Amino acid sequence: MIKHLLISAAIVTASFATASAETVRWARAGDSITMDPHAQNEGPTHTLSHQIYDTLLQRDMAGAIIPSLATEWAALKDNPSVWRFKLRQGVSFHDGSKFNSEDVVFSLNRAMADGSEMKELLSSVKEVRAVDSHTVDIETNGANPLLINNLTNMFMMDKTWSENNKVTTPHDVAKGETNFATMNTNGTGAFILVSRAVDEKTVLKANPNYWGKNLYPNQVTEIVYTPIQSSATRVAALLSGEVDIIQDVPVQDLGRVSSSSALQLATAAQNRVIFFGLDTVNGPTAELKVRQAMNIAINRDSIKKVVMRGQSDPTGVIMPPFVNGWTEALNKYPKYDLEKAKSLMKEAGHENGFDLVLNCPNDRYINDESICQAAVGMMAKIGINVTLDAKPKAQHFPIAKGGDADFYMLGWGVPTFDSHYIFNYLVHTQTSDRGSWNPTGYSNANVDSMIESLESETNLKKRDDTIAKIWAEVQKAQMYLPIHNQVLNWGMRKDIDFDVQPEDTPHFQFLKFN
Amino acid sequence: MIFIILNRFFQAVLVLLFVALISFLIFRFVGNPVESLMGQEATLAQRAALEEALGLNNPIYIQYFDFLWKAVRFDFGNSYRGALPVAELIASRLPATLELALTSAVFAVIFGVFMGIYTAINRGSVITNFILSSSLIGVSLPTFLIGVLLIWLFSVELNWLPSFGRGEVVDLGWWTTGFLSESGLKSLVLPAITLGLYQMTLIMRLTRSEMLEVLRQDYIRLARALGLTSKAVYFFHALPNILIPVITIGGLQLGSVIAFAIITETVFQWPGVGLLFINAVYFVDIPVMSAYLLLVGFAFVLINLIVDLSYFFIDPRLRDSELKDKA
Amino acid sequence: MERFFRSDFFYHFCHAPVAIVSFITIILIILSAIFANLIAPTNPFDPSSLNLMNGFTPPLETNEFTGESFLLGTDDQGRDLFSTILYGLRISLFVGLMAVFLAMVMGVLLGLIAGFLGGWIDSIIMRFADIQMTFPSILVAMLIYGVARGILPPEVRYEMSIVVLIISIGLSEWVPFARTVRGSTLVEKEKEYVTAAKMIGLNRQQIMVRHILPNVLSPVLVIATITFALAIIAEATLSFLGVGVPTTKPSLGTLIRIGQDFLFSGEWWILLFPAITLLALALSINLFGDWLRDTLNPKLK
Repeated sequence: MIKHLLISAAIVTASFATASAETVRWARAGDSITMDPHAQNEGPTHTLSHQIYDTLLQRDMAGAIIPSLATEWAALKDNPSVWRFKLRQGVSFHDGSKFNSEDVVFSLNRAMADGSEMKELLSSVKEVRAVDSHTVDIETNGANPLLINNLTNMFMMDKTWSENNKVTTPHDVAKGETNFATMNTNGTGAFILVSRAVDEKTVLKANPNYWGKNLYPNQVTEIVYTPIQSSATRVAALLSGEVDIIQDVPVQDLGRVSSSSALQLATAAQNRVIFFGLDTVNGPTAELKVRQAMNIAINRDSIKKVVMRGQSDPTGVIMPPFVNGWTEALNKYPKYDLEKAKSLMKEAGHENGFDLVLNCPNDRYINDESICQAAVGMMAKIGINVTLDAKPKAQHFPIAKGGDADFYMLGWGVPTFDSHYIFNYLVHTQTSDRGSWNPTGYSNANVDSMIESLESETNLKKRDDTIAKIWAEVQKAQMYLPIHNQVLNWGMRKDIDFDVQPEDTPHFQFLKFN
Repeated sequence: MIFIILNRFFQAVLVLLFVALISFLIFRFVGNPVESLMGQEATLAQRAALEEALGLNNPIYIQYFDFLWKAVRFDFGNSYRGALPVAELIASRLPATLELALTSAVFAVIFGVFMGIYTAINRGSVITNFILSSSLIGVSLPTFLIGVLLIWLFSVELNWLPSFGRGEVVDLGWWTTGFLSESGLKSLVLPAITLGLYQMTLIMRLTRSEMLEVLRQDYIRLARALGLTSKAVYFFHALPNILIPVITIGGLQLGSVIAFAIITETVFQWPGVGLLFINAVYFVDIPVMSAYLLLVGFAFVLINLIVDLSYFFIDPRLRDSELKDKA
Repeated sequence: MERFFRSDFFYHFCHAPVAIVSFITIILIILSAIFANLIAPTNPFDPSSLNLMNGFTPPLETNEFTGESFLLGTDDQGRDLFSTILYGLRISLFVGLMAVFLAMVMGVLLGLIAGFLGGWIDSIIMRFADIQMTFPSILVAMLIYGVARGILPPEVRYEMSIVVLIISIGLSEWVPFARTVRGSTLVEKEKEYVTAAKMIGLNRQQIMVRHILPNVLSPVLVIATITFALAIIAEATLSFLGVGVPTTKPSLGTLIRIGQDFLFSGEWWILLFPAITLLALALSINLFGDWLRDTLNPKLK
């Protein structure tokens, strides 16, 4: 008995010696919507899930794909429509059960089930099969060379745990459904959920059996995550040292944070574009000339200068520069031209203007409501009388998704780093498994088939050509008015060494203390 | 006496039933219990079975009684957002709000009554004028702005007090308290001042005006003339007479305290029921909204009942007249 | 009119500097709100007249891009703050006055009836007061707003939000009037003069209106004072919670909410000037109310 105690004491001392035990107090404006990793395709929700659940593949800070739960992957030589993944050995879930190919098959099928918001990412998948206990094949409808891009937010759950707790399908958040997985987790990730009070506080502790123990720094032993809605309170908490890191420093407070001796500011371009969507079927915006007029009536430079205080990258296309398909030419934004916009309005027969409601979130993107407010003024100059309807994201998203809105704001991040992700959600005709975020009514059968062809095109050159063609159509149709790409500003304690992740998703196992 | 208490009690129950009706109507008709329990795959037959099981086909008054019966047992269903029973959710958030409300109420009453009496007795002195004018500035600014200004001064510039949350809380099993830790007490200071400032001013103004009124009364003059000391006059003769309005308004203001707690909790990210309610409104979490309304209703009815009854114990004249009316 | 100038009331007024200053302040603020379109150099409610590049111009400084300068500077959208405050005052004053009026009429009437008649009428009215108090102004506003938002189209949201503010603030503030009037009536009606009036055969309405009403007016005045300032502040608070008027046509409260975002970043004027205006208004009303109470209630002299 005494011997036993001595040994455990020795282990405790040893573990303290290797890693300095550190708690990180982390805050941002909004909380995760659910802990069910397939129920929401939304930034803050994925960010928390990434601490607890792992994916087959992950992205490093530069955006390159690196191994996570899969150690090797390749399309089969004889059959390019099958991708084979070798799974990592010796990985276990937080409850101790072993991770194997059954769990992968289960999780991917779960992500394709109804109620999942992740299914567009897997729309090309035909079947997922376990070859042996640590090998999985994913067969797609035709070869899909870029399938692996779509797996970086595809979280792996334990099959047995899910069956025991009756959570074999995700819950539909929009309908107000919930299930056991909404509040409980069992992942393989670096952190284990200790307690969670929605909108209040979520505590995670380091996973002692984490498979990446020797691969990553793993210096964080505990994460205390607190959503702080009021931006003034959030900045105050950082400035007074009550939190260690916030992901969303308001642009007006950047100077204050960077001049503080205890704090530092980490800045990087974000993989997220902000834009307005327009109804292309009903009302005056159905007229192409009106949409073109609105596009050149937006003064992107002044939005950058005044609303964003220089912290944005104006663009002419709804695609961040990280994405395959991005070109300088597409990114070039149209010159602000009031006279031309007015004459376009006249040509469209709307020289006397019209009324329009702008639906806008007020707690999701950087200065979302201020951008919308600025747009109201800019639209007024060409005679469009815009009523601004700003509301929290929980109320805004159903409107921006449901097709009720004539004019709305949306932001789009591209985790796959490929144009297909944008097309499949935002350009494809709205159907049961595609185009779920395209309420504009834009529907072009030719474009749809081109989008679908991207999923099985193995000739990358040809594929890129198709992407360029689709972008040309999108730019011509002008159902979206691009504004800018966001710039991330993380504020943190000076002794923290942590790179800004372009998807705004910190992975705390990578955090180091100086 | 017993008759009056029973009467008031009966009226309180009626009020509660009415509040429950509003709460029930919101729960039944704004939210959709079937949608929330079933996926979109559910067949019509499954839906019908669930509707039957939930009693949604029963006459509306039976559903109402059902709702009441469940409410009495604290059964409000599950939160759409947190997937937890609403009663559990509220129970876990209630201590935060009650501790905040209590602290701010104690702060408001003690400082309010004291300063009210002081300013009434020392009319026109420099300190009185200072208290009166600065208290007026306090009520002439919105609560949230006062909160933000306090955070700016005491958290950011001076770094004395925390800007958000409850600090370290001690879990007693059935209650979590911030009273037992240093950080918990520190965290309480700014929100309690923010929340209590308005009530304090109101109580102070009221105490002062009632005190001035009472001091003009003949019996006080008589007491003075009989040679009683100032202190004895103020505290044994004047004070009891100003208590009725102070208790009335003070009690009724408890309602405002709970309402304004919504704002204070938003500014300070205070994890109480107010913040829970605000987020429920944003997320259209109907069960939480409905239960919150009922909870607030219950708290108010209780407070009103106590205030009403205390009337009769404090002022014998009212007691007699009421008894006469009944007789 | 001459009678008024020779009255005690006017005499006391002329000898109370606080009353004079606060009264003049109130009048000045109200006049500048009424004539905002004549005084203000720009119309901040016309979005087509705004130039975003004017944003965050400090008071009296020249904007480096547009070359324009503004007396009190501009806000985050390039609106001239002086003009915006004047136009915002219109909304705040209108909402405040209408809400207090609604609350006072309801409260005094119901309080008088309840206190004087007593019995089951009293019970019903006071139980309604209980129900009303059960749902504080913020809750009432959020409920009404939620329902109205569901029913009405977004185009009328601006008009709707003002009506919702008036009704929700007015509805939730009648209770203090009613309670106080009832309480005073209960005490007053026991007094000799009411008994005397009853004896000489005056009917209930006459007693209520002629004898009890004037005697309960001074507490009503105090409450109306507080309620008016309270209503203006409630409007600001509801704007903070996202239930008030939209930011494109801001009230004073909405302006303060916008300004507090720039408290830490050095753009102090966006918060300071609207806050000072609100403070000056609410403070003057409170001070004048105090003086009015002291003057109208000679017992306190």
